Amino acid sequence: MIGITSYGAYIPWNRLQRQSIFQAMGWYSPFTYGIAKGEKAVSNHDEDSLSMAVNAGANCVSGLDRGKIGGLFLASTTLPYDERMNASIAATALDLKSQVSAADITGGLKAGTTAMISALDALQAGRMNQALVLAADSRLGKPGGAYEHMFGDAAAAVLFGTENVIAEFKGSFSLSYDFADQRRASGEKFNRNWEERWIRDAGISKILPEAIMGAATKHGVNPANISKICIALPADMSGMGKKMMLTPEKFQESMVNTVGDCGAALSVLMLAAALEDAKPGDQIVVVGFGSGADVLLFQATEEITKLPARRAVKACLANRKELTSYEKYKVFSGIEDIETGIRGEAPAASALSVLWKDRRAIMAYVGTRCKECKTPQFPPQRICANPACNAKDKMEPYSFADKKGKLFTFTADMLAFTFDPPAIYGLVDMDGGGRLWMDFTDVEVKDMKVNMPVELSFRRKYVDKGRGISGYSWKAVPAGKEAN
Amino acid sequence: MAEGIRDKVAIIGMGCTKFGEQWDKSAEDLMVDSFSEATKDAGISTKDIEMAWMGVCFDEVNVGKSAIPCSLALKLPFIPCTRVENFCASGTESFRGAAYAVASGACDIALAMGVEKLKDTGYGGLPDFGQAMGTRNRMLLPNITAPGAFAMMATRYFEKYGLTRDEGKEALAKISVKSHANGAKNPKAHLRREVTVEQVMRSPIIAEPLGLFDCCGVSDGSACAIVATPEIAKKLKGDDFITVKALQIAATSGEELLYTDWDGTYVKTTREASRRAYAEAGIKNPREEISMLELHDCFSITEMVTFEDLQISPIGKAKEDIDAGFFNLDGKMPSQPDGGLKCFGHPIGASGLRMIYECYLQLLSRAGDRQIKDPKFALTHNLGGFPAMSVCSVGIFGRK
Repeated sequence: MIGITSYGAYIPWNRLQRQSIFQAMGWYSPFTYGIAKGEKAVSNHDEDSLSMAVNAGANCVSGLDRGKIGGLFLASTTLPYDERMNASIAATALDLKSQVSAADITGGLKAGTTAMISALDALQAGRMNQALVLAADSRLGKPGGAYEHMFGDAAAAVLFGTENVIAEFKGSFSLSYDFADQRRASGEKFNRNWEERWIRDAGISKILPEAIMGAATKHGVNPANISKICIALPADMSGMGKKMMLTPEKFQESMVNTVGDCGAALSVLMLAAALEDAKPGDQIVVVGFGSGADVLLFQATEEITKLPARRAVKACLANRKELTSYEKYKVFSGIEDIETGIRGEAPAASALSVLWKDRRAIMAYVGTRCKECKTPQFPPQRICANPACNAKDKMEPYSFADKKGKLFTFTADMLAFTFDPPAIYGLVDMDGGGRLWMDFTDVEVKDMKVNMPVELSFRRKYVDKGRGISGYSWKAVPAGKEAN
Repeated sequence: MAEGIRDKVAIIGMGCTKFGEQWDKSAEDLMVDSFSEATKDAGISTKDIEMAWMGVCFDEVNVGKSAIPCSLALKLPFIPCTRVENFCASGTESFRGAAYAVASGACDIALAMGVEKLKDTGYGGLPDFGQAMGTRNRMLLPNITAPGAFAMMATRYFEKYGLTRDEGKEALAKISVKSHANGAKNPKAHLRREVTVEQVMRSPIIAEPLGLFDCCGVSDGSACAIVATPEIAKKLKGDDFITVKALQIAATSGEELLYTDWDGTYVKTTREASRRAYAEAGIKNPREEISMLELHDCFSITEMVTFEDLQISPIGKAKEDIDAGFFNLDGKMPSQPDGGLKCFGHPIGASGLRMIYECYLQLLSRAGDRQIKDPKFALTHNLGGFPAMSVCSVGIFGRK
């Protein structure tokens, strides 16, 4: 049996009320009043699509053996690198084995569903036994436009495999059209669109039924038996249910007023949300839209009741903080440049040869543990730091990224440059040993307490604009709830 | 076990510029200034110097690498000259080179120069550590600043000894108030204004919980020492010289960060270096035998824990000694009689030598307004790096 074996999600904790966008820009675009409802998830200053995808992936594979993953498919239209495989960066950050087929899948919003189909194709072909799909997007709408309201940032992940399948893959159906509802040329920052009425009447309302009915016909599915349909569009699509004998409650909510339109990640995020509530036997349909459409059919198995609780949509939605300042949103998202001062301009030059040599330490937070005295140490050492041991070259790799710890000490530094002062950093004593000197993120100074439980989150550490390098590593965050 | 260098090296002359924002002077100018004072004091000329060391840390981007800037500025005549660097302990490191050369018999008279010109970066505070911690660390470590790294020790200290933020900050404030009072008396000091506990506690936060007045000045300056054998010292200066009683340095093995026994409320290298220094100097009871302290008070919290690490105050009880005025200029053991890093300022490569300069003045009864009565042993403590990852020099000086 081939199908889904696990899932996860990642939603940045910052949420921007759409009303605060309207308060800032409504003078220019009063027509946005109608859509200025609810909130959207927005990246912190140290997040991008790649970092969010890695965190979703970490949540998805938490507690599972990563050694069996043979493929990594990363879907996004907002990846940091045009050349330098982003999926390979993610594979490094997740400390997957090197024999992994990794690919970026990009270019249109159905990239999320296309990535899932690619992963399933690879499994069906017997090329691999497990494949991880990550999907993330963090698109920008120009200030004053509707997209600024609609777009939100999020990531989701699904693991496919052949054992312990929680939702069996029943088939797919794809359409490709150059229906250019939205576009963003290479090097451009913001999306552009054609008229919304045309998108609705000539696009969505024609292409979607063709895709869904095509899938149903091809795989002999009676639409009436569908338990959940996840249509990856930022709107309530239940209006189209009548034609297909689908009642409104069968439409998976698109989270438009909590997350926003997270582009290529939306299909995978909605699937993760559907899986959180699915019961054995449920038929789940996922529909990706953009430059055509993809449809995937799944059916939940008994295994779904056995999968240990994991951090997916519900836990991520609950972990939120209101970003009260529209200006902060503009700075964090890179829409607006700020005066960094000379200290902030000083480049943290990265030596890519050092990054390559030390990639497991820097990107995956893999340190060493002494085989003699069992002391975990970070960064990796050759001679054990335990003065009673000092064994030489008796180290084994030891991963910290998937462990929790507690705060040993910290500061909130107003001198160090950061886009979100003060720079909070401290020492973390990891459960099981090891002390890490880490940046903190997604926390306010007032909530920092010695001994508080913390966990790790993958973040963009710096952007070296002069050399075109985004540097990534792990930071500490307050430990969150496991899952519901 | 080697016997050490106790009384084998004499200081026969010292110089120190005014520390501060020396916009109109280069590092070379500052070296010439301190060197002129020292040679005059020693009563020797440049050609009498046989070997030289130059301590400089961040300033290499300004003055350049190697010891050539020193030999060239001072027109040292093709003698051995070496640059040393050990973060903020660079000044004492320079002194150690010169002292060991004399103690070993490699030469009779040597120069220890320290200099730093920090005020050409274009911004306040020390230069960015991202450039100073190695290529891998800059990709791994937070964007650390010195106040942040030391503030983490204050957080831990307050936590361990049950001090509220206000109680802790008040104890630290008293340390700064004392140093400002001393600095105000010192014409060569960078910051010469007295402050109150309220002012210190209200100063803007630099790195929680440390405020502006918990941080030392970032300065330009130079200090140097001319060392010689005691026989030459006697010939040149009669009794007007001091000797090195102990000179010890300890660099971390990484235990504090890599092996989790360290509780974050002390500096392990200070404990190690001072333990060895007391042994070398023959000091059994530091609290009773030491007359004065020149500590590396880069931040108030550093001075506080150093009182304990040097076995002057009982562990966790420095606050009681601070409250009792034990370390004030008129107290039992004056600390930072010249104002310390806090007020004299902190041109990194020069600081260790500036500390020795004050010990030298005090021991030879040349300290004017801030003269301590009858000092016997004077101690310097020069700390480089961060509490979690440090290198520390401890020197003890006295009359022969």
